[in-house]
Amino acid sequence: MQVLFKTNYDQDINYLVDRGERVRVLLALALALIAPLVVGGYFLSELTMFLVYIIAGLGLMVLVGFTGMVSFGHGAFLGIGAYTHSVLLGYGLPFFITLPAGALAAGLIGAALGRAASKMHGFYMAIATLAFAIVVETGIGAWEHVTGGHMGLSVPPMAAFGWEVTAGPLQYYLILALVVFCIWGVANLMRSPTGRAFVAVRDSETSARSLGLNIARTRIKAFFISAMLTGLAGGLLSHLVFYLSPESFGVNESLKLLLMVIVGGLGTITGAIFGAVFVSILPNLINLLQNFLPSSIAEAAGLEQLLFGAIISGFIMFEPEGLYGRWRKLRLFIETFPYYKRATFTRQKRYLKTERFR
Amino acid sequence: MSELEVNNLVVAFGGVKAINDVSFSVEPGEIYAVIGPNGAGKSTIFNAISRVYTPQFGSIRFQGQELLNCEAHEVVSAGIARTFQNIELFENATVLDNLLVGRASKVRTGALSEFFFTPRVRREEHEHRRKVEDILDLLDMQHHRYEKVADLSYGARKNVELARALCADPKLLLLDEPASGLNPEETADMSFWLKDIKEELGVTIVMVEHDMNLVGRIADRVLAIAGGEVLAVGNVTEVQSNPTVQAAYLGTDA
Amino acid sequence: MEFSDAIQLLLIGISQGCGYALIAIGFVFIYRATEIVNFAHGELMMLGAFMVLTFSEIWGLGFWLGSALGILSLGVFGYLLDAVVMRRLVGQAQATIFILTVAIAMMLRALAGMIWGWTPLSLSVPFSSDITFGGVVIGLDRIMIIVGTVVISLLLYAFFSLTRTGLAIQAASQNQLAAYYSRIPVKRLIAVVWAIGAMVAAVAGIMMAPVTQVDTGMSIFGIKALAGAVVGGFGSIPGAVLGCLIIGVAEPFLDFYFPAFKGTYAYIIMLAVLFIRPEGLISQTFQKKV
Repeated sequence: MQVLFKTNYDQDINYLVDRGERVRVLLALALALIAPLVVGGYFLSELTMFLVYIIAGLGLMVLVGFTGMVSFGHGAFLGIGAYTHSVLLGYGLPFFITLPAGALAAGLIGAALGRAASKMHGFYMAIATLAFAIVVETGIGAWEHVTGGHMGLSVPPMAAFGWEVTAGPLQYYLILALVVFCIWGVANLMRSPTGRAFVAVRDSETSARSLGLNIARTRIKAFFISAMLTGLAGGLLSHLVFYLSPESFGVNESLKLLLMVIVGGLGTITGAIFGAVFVSILPNLINLLQNFLPSSIAEAAGLEQLLFGAIISGFIMFEPEGLYGRWRKLRLFIETFPYYKRATFTRQKRYLKTERFR
Repeated sequence: MSELEVNNLVVAFGGVKAINDVSFSVEPGEIYAVIGPNGAGKSTIFNAISRVYTPQFGSIRFQGQELLNCEAHEVVSAGIARTFQNIELFENATVLDNLLVGRASKVRTGALSEFFFTPRVRREEHEHRRKVEDILDLLDMQHHRYEKVADLSYGARKNVELARALCADPKLLLLDEPASGLNPEETADMSFWLKDIKEELGVTIVMVEHDMNLVGRIADRVLAIAGGEVLAVGNVTEVQSNPTVQAAYLGTDA
Repeated sequence: MEFSDAIQLLLIGISQGCGYALIAIGFVFIYRATEIVNFAHGELMMLGAFMVLTFSEIWGLGFWLGSALGILSLGVFGYLLDAVVMRRLVGQAQATIFILTVAIAMMLRALAGMIWGWTPLSLSVPFSSDITFGGVVIGLDRIMIIVGTVVISLLLYAFFSLTRTGLAIQAASQNQLAAYYSRIPVKRLIAVVWAIGAMVAAVAGIMMAPVTQVDTGMSIFGIKALAGAVVGGFGSIPGAVLGCLIIGVAEPFLDFYFPAFKGTYAYIIMLAVLFIRPEGLISQTFQKKV
């Protein structure tokens, strides 16, 4: 374990001060850069999908992990981003305009939802986002002459002035650049006043207010940023699925995003990345599992849903800090071997913390 | 002119009047203690001043500004910071981050520049940090800087809350039972710090406190209330020897 | 639309609303006792309907015995759900707990689909004939939902205000710590609340089964009932029932006149109400004491 002697405030502001952390991040980045040279075809498209999910997860993390508001409706923002991007692209606009436009559309709708939700109490907000997702899904289906309704909409190629970003390494690098940009931006936010305001609103509304934070404004901001990132992910996702239909942005997609941030580890940026890794390899894990199960169970419809539910509940019950929490414990175990104590992470006994006024 | 003037304050919940026609004024630079039996309405006064509750009637003027026209989050910009009876800290953040949130009312950067972390954001972060370090020095808690609040003892949390309120550069501090739950040594520390805060920073302090030793040691004036009404105002000995105050604490036969 | 059609839609709406209300009663009780919002309540209702179907049709025990066993089994299930799962989460952030109940809902739906199949099954009930009066045709099953809701509400009211256990539960809902100090076994009572909530949901499942058929899609009523409870105000049973009735009555009319968003009007109404009054029609204080 490296012991840091801090001599400068910048050491608390800068990220990656720890040498080990710096090495790990650079290594991951190097791997991401050389990946297209090593693998191709199917595996590369899987990797690209993984990158897109990082952005979406980061978006949801801003809301659920940092600001403590639950959204059961983030699939809708993914959909709004994807549809806005694809429809505008269909009108012949260049992708570097339509992509931000999709993100902005999702962001603005998110801010509007956030404005209403900011005054609501915790679970009213959760139910409202769930209802919002259902209404958006139906709305996309009903608005046939623009979205193609339930017939679906085929996504035009990612093009600008006759130049086209085709699937493959070029697309991969473009998305990788966006991922790095988004992670950098969110990390910046989290080390500045806005990020601290998010956490403050999550942990204690009353004292956040007494310290001068406008709760409603902070929540709207979080909704805007969160929906914008998810909308951007939606725009990128449309080029990986080629074909949009309202059903693919319903409640199930929202729950998948939620699964991602919970399994990854709420409240950390690394958690969003770990979650994306997990969601990307989950179908393969399920396939693997199916080989071991008797065929009556393995082939039953609904197995995937069952496992989704089981994974979420398992993590919430046994490892609320997610994969990132596990990883932290593992690292500490190795770094401090043989002095690791399980009790380091034991939580205090807790009581029902009432949120009601009596 | 008085620093804080509360006039004819009435706070009612449904039909129950928790505060009934209370008036008092606090002079600049003094330590003003509010005492009274449980349920007397001490915290309600604080909650009315910090705009958690909206009074039915009355006025609260701070340096001539009517606080009832402020939203709850604007009170701190007027110059009033507070602590809470049951500690309200940001549990999952470090002490440093908690104190930096205390600077929230002084933040001048927006989310966009923070997203790109412009040099100006960094410069301001340094400024906030310097202020936070001053407070950490004052309250002698540098060693807690990087600890998570959830890992701290009760006494340390009380101090963090006091420090966080100080980070907002207040002119008036509202302390809701600063010494409750502290052991005698911690209480002694607290009384020194409160004096320091008054003398070095020139902050006016209004506090609710049950520990009469602490009140006797540091308070310049004491307001005794019971049942939502003022019983007596004066220095500690005056208030303690007041027959109505004794009756309120000990019952009428005493 | 003719007048008799309107009356018919109104009656259907009221019975639908009562169905939602039956579900809402269950989770409002659970909410009041534990501050947990059970997003899986619709799934409990679905499970109840499937259990009754299993006992009465597949095992051939007949409707009444099958219903009794079905309701009882759900009671056991509710009790265990609290004792095994929810109790571990006391003190965790509310957000985490909602997500957990949603995950449980997913699992229950998937399990039900795997066990009983994804195609709708029908449960034959002794009250399925139609009644005609003044040109209005209404199914007896619809009437039974309304009657059932009233009966259950009265029973629960009696239970909570007259019996010792009911009063103890009320005490525990008001202040867990104080109730615990007065020798009330808070943990066990909360599990009992879950059991009662699940049993009421099972009754709702039986009542709704003839009009909807029994399948995994039934669970959507849980979300609509949540929407209704939010519209009326979550804190009180009468508020929740009122909200559910509003949603139930509005739905068939809106579906009829504006079919584009058919099936989602419950949510649209709720969103509209929340936009205007963020606390629901009957407001309540959620503010924390400091």
